[in-house]
Amino acid sequence: MLSSVVFWIAAVLAVSGALGVVTTRNPVHTALSLVLTMLSLGVLFLLLHAEFLAVVEVLVYAGAVMVLFLFVVTLLMAGVKPPKEEHHLRLAYQTLIAGLFGLILFVLVLHSVVGAGWVGTLAGPQGGSFGSIASFGTALFTRYLLPFELTAVVLLVAVIGVVVLGREQE
Amino acid sequence: MVPIGYYLVLSAVLFVIGGVGVLARRNPLQMFMAVELMWNAVNLSFVAFARQYLDMAGHIFVFLVITVAAAEVAIGLAIIVMVFRKREHVDVDDLSLMKG
Repeated sequence: MLSSVVFWIAAVLAVSGALGVVTTRNPVHTALSLVLTMLSLGVLFLLLHAEFLAVVEVLVYAGAVMVLFLFVVTLLMAGVKPPKEEHHLRLAYQTLIAGLFGLILFVLVLHSVVGAGWVGTLAGPQGGSFGSIASFGTALFTRYLLPFELTAVVLLVAVIGVVVLGREQE
Repeated sequence: MVPIGYYLVLSAVLFVIGGVGVLARRNPLQMFMAVELMWNAVNLSFVAFARQYLDMAGHIFVFLVITVAAAEVAIGLAIIVMVFRKREHVDVDDLSLMKG
């Protein structure tokens, strides 16, 4: 089964990228790990017949957003020395507690997924035009036109906010 | 065909890893990237459910989430740059100005 092979490869790459996000010290490496995860997710989107979203994931997320991240990383971290170890002791056992909370959260989410009977369920047969760019556009510009227009307002607010925040402070 | 549960479990794994990253990291940029990881994990769930129910609403929702995430990144990074521009260490623990 080709699709299962692709799924497992992409899933392993996505999880290893995610682990890289949590473990790497250098922020540039963190960003590159995140790019790996996003590219894998793009492959998974393709497997799920979300063609447009796969392209958007790679272009907008792995492209634009991560380039923005890397810009800020290079801007902020250029003259910064890596923090000393004693600097990191102010909140003791932080990693341990974070791992514990993560474990609890994982058990809860897994319980709800398994409890709802999703694990063994096969995805339904692909129906007609589902997932094509044409059906995506039709849905976006007919039934979901208002949310689409509202995102324009969100982006406008973001632009104005960044301009206000980015000004030189007196 | 891969069962939808596999996608949901993968999404849960990515979400939890992102959450642990937010809790365990001190560098605000790395915390922020972990938040992005959580957004992406939830997007995977949405797309998987859309595939399961053959309903385009999930795709539209992911599209909106990506837009909002991009806006959030722009504003969040602007705030981080503003706060940490003149500091020696980029570490959220240094933000103790309002500590009693």
